[in-house]
Amino acid sequence: MSALLEVKDIKKHFPIKNDAVFSREKRVLKAVDGISFSVKKGETLGLVGESGCGKSTAGRVMLKLLEPTSGEIYFKGENITNFRGEKLRKLRREMQLIFQDPYASLNPRKSIEKIISEPMKIFNIPREEREKRLDYLLEVVGLSAYHKQRYPHEFSGGQRQRIGIARSLALDPELVICDEPVSALDVSIQAQVINLMEDLQAEFDLTYVFIAHDLSVVHHISDRVAVMYLGELVEIGDAQEVYRDPKHPYTQALLSAVPQVNPNEEKQRIILKGDLPSPQNPPSGCKFHTRCPFAEEICRTSKPSLRKASENGVMAACHFVKEVVEA
Amino acid sequence: MAIQPNPVTDPGIDAVDKNVQIKGQRLWVDALTRIIKSKTSLIGLCIILLLIITAIFAPIIATHSTTDQSIVNRYQPPSSEHILGTDELGRDIFSRIVYGTRISIQIGVISVGISLVIGVLLGGLAGYFGRWVDQIIMRIIDIMMAFPSILLAIALVAVLGKSLTNAMIAVGLVGIPQFARIVRATVLSVKETEYIEAARSIGAKHRRILFQHVLPNSLAPIIVQATLGIGTAILDAAGLSFLGLGAQPPTPEWGAMLSDGRAALQTAPWVVAFPGLAIFLVVLGFNLFGDGLRDALDPRLKR
Repeated sequence: MSALLEVKDIKKHFPIKNDAVFSREKRVLKAVDGISFSVKKGETLGLVGESGCGKSTAGRVMLKLLEPTSGEIYFKGENITNFRGEKLRKLRREMQLIFQDPYASLNPRKSIEKIISEPMKIFNIPREEREKRLDYLLEVVGLSAYHKQRYPHEFSGGQRQRIGIARSLALDPELVICDEPVSALDVSIQAQVINLMEDLQAEFDLTYVFIAHDLSVVHHISDRVAVMYLGELVEIGDAQEVYRDPKHPYTQALLSAVPQVNPNEEKQRIILKGDLPSPQNPPSGCKFHTRCPFAEEICRTSKPSLRKASENGVMAACHFVKEVVEA
Repeated sequence: MAIQPNPVTDPGIDAVDKNVQIKGQRLWVDALTRIIKSKTSLIGLCIILLLIITAIFAPIIATHSTTDQSIVNRYQPPSSEHILGTDELGRDIFSRIVYGTRISIQIGVISVGISLVIGVLLGGLAGYFGRWVDQIIMRIIDIMMAFPSILLAIALVAVLGKSLTNAMIAVGLVGIPQFARIVRATVLSVKETEYIEAARSIGAKHRRILFQHVLPNSLAPIIVQATLGIGTAILDAAGLSFLGLGAQPPTPEWGAMLSDGRAALQTAPWVVAFPGLAIFLVVLGFNLFGDGLRDALDPRLKR
């Protein structure tokens, strides 16, 4: 299988406005600071990390909703980094976004029918086909045809998220980036929406990049996971393996926080000290060294790169992970 | 392989059915209830309704012709024959005021229409595109705001020539900055919402995003400004007419009537008092209603 989406060393730095009018000093917030990975067709890549680590920004850069500061994005082998205007608009047909907040992501002044058919209207799909597709989409996301004339405020959070999903599927995209699609929902509704998304993946042959901070959800839906810390990837690999045997100390700490189903099972909880450092002024060397229980001198001075940490290709960025050398 | 429609139905589906009749009109229904509850805005609404009824049924309400002169009857004080007295040409002031409501409404709607269309367009563009577009548009608006509005209107009429139509155009142009600034501010906040990002992510063009997503969600402050603006426009146009730059005789325009009567202010005060009172009442009505509308449409006040 070839890579559907590949990002190479993408960075997104936001300039910070200075209070002093005449100050020439320019500061930047490094939301995403050089991440690379690829997503294969049909798989689900989970992107996890704590709040503010740049997950959502990374997702928006991949879709080119934000311009990357540097780096390259390849979609189906084509470099889309410099796509603009009409070319970029055409590309939108193939990559879509599902939003976190189902209350904010639907235009309150449009009916469900208009919201879901809008993408098809934009791409000049004939009316009859639009209507047919609309009914079909409503059905597969679990809404009824008589909901068409309603407005978003008449629906519950879970229903709104279904509407958002239907909209993103209207153009039959190949890649869907899900930006914390269930974190705003009740736990009971979360399961429904997750199951729906899995069904839809099979039905429409979708590739997901699933951004979340809920580790159990990511474990459930992902084939591979990528763990982010302060705008960088610290670990990426097969989901089962990463969850069973995390290599990077940060991943270990994150996973130790997941509640256990079996109360008898002994588990060591790794509590991280301190807060997430500011991305405006990230630590030197390994960005995690300020909170890492194993940090040594080398971590303060030298930045570890992603290295192969297991036979199955799990990669981790830590000085103390034993590199597996290929035979 | 086609999958089954999602078997898990959302428990909220039935709850939705109870609200069928509400539809998307909720905001306006809420607003109307709140206006009726508030005494001051209800008074404003009544004054506006009275004005509209008077304008529509002017031929029935008026007791005399607005232009028939009668030198014998000049400067008659209010009496049973002439309810509000007569002016220096013996014309019935009551009838002239009644017909004047038509002109005032016309002025209000047309001038505000001009400022609304141009102001919303400029403000929308400035807020939506930002950067240099914003800079250029807003600096022009700043220049317009640097002039006292009545002075700018006088200058415009001086250029266009004095007539009621030109006065309306001038008052309309003078009102643009108010709209542009309010719309720009609203657009700035609306364009950061997720549904605008969603519109971008489905490949919508700028024109579509601005006119179908951003502006419809910026309506509330625009409507408030339009309501308040009608009052101001009527006042400004009356000012222009008073200076002889607006309505020309014998049009029964309130501002012009004030101007005509000012020579006899000492001997026949009713000639200026009643048109002045009419202007006062109408502007008050629109201001009260506009204020009420602003409160009613403010989402922060929702209980």
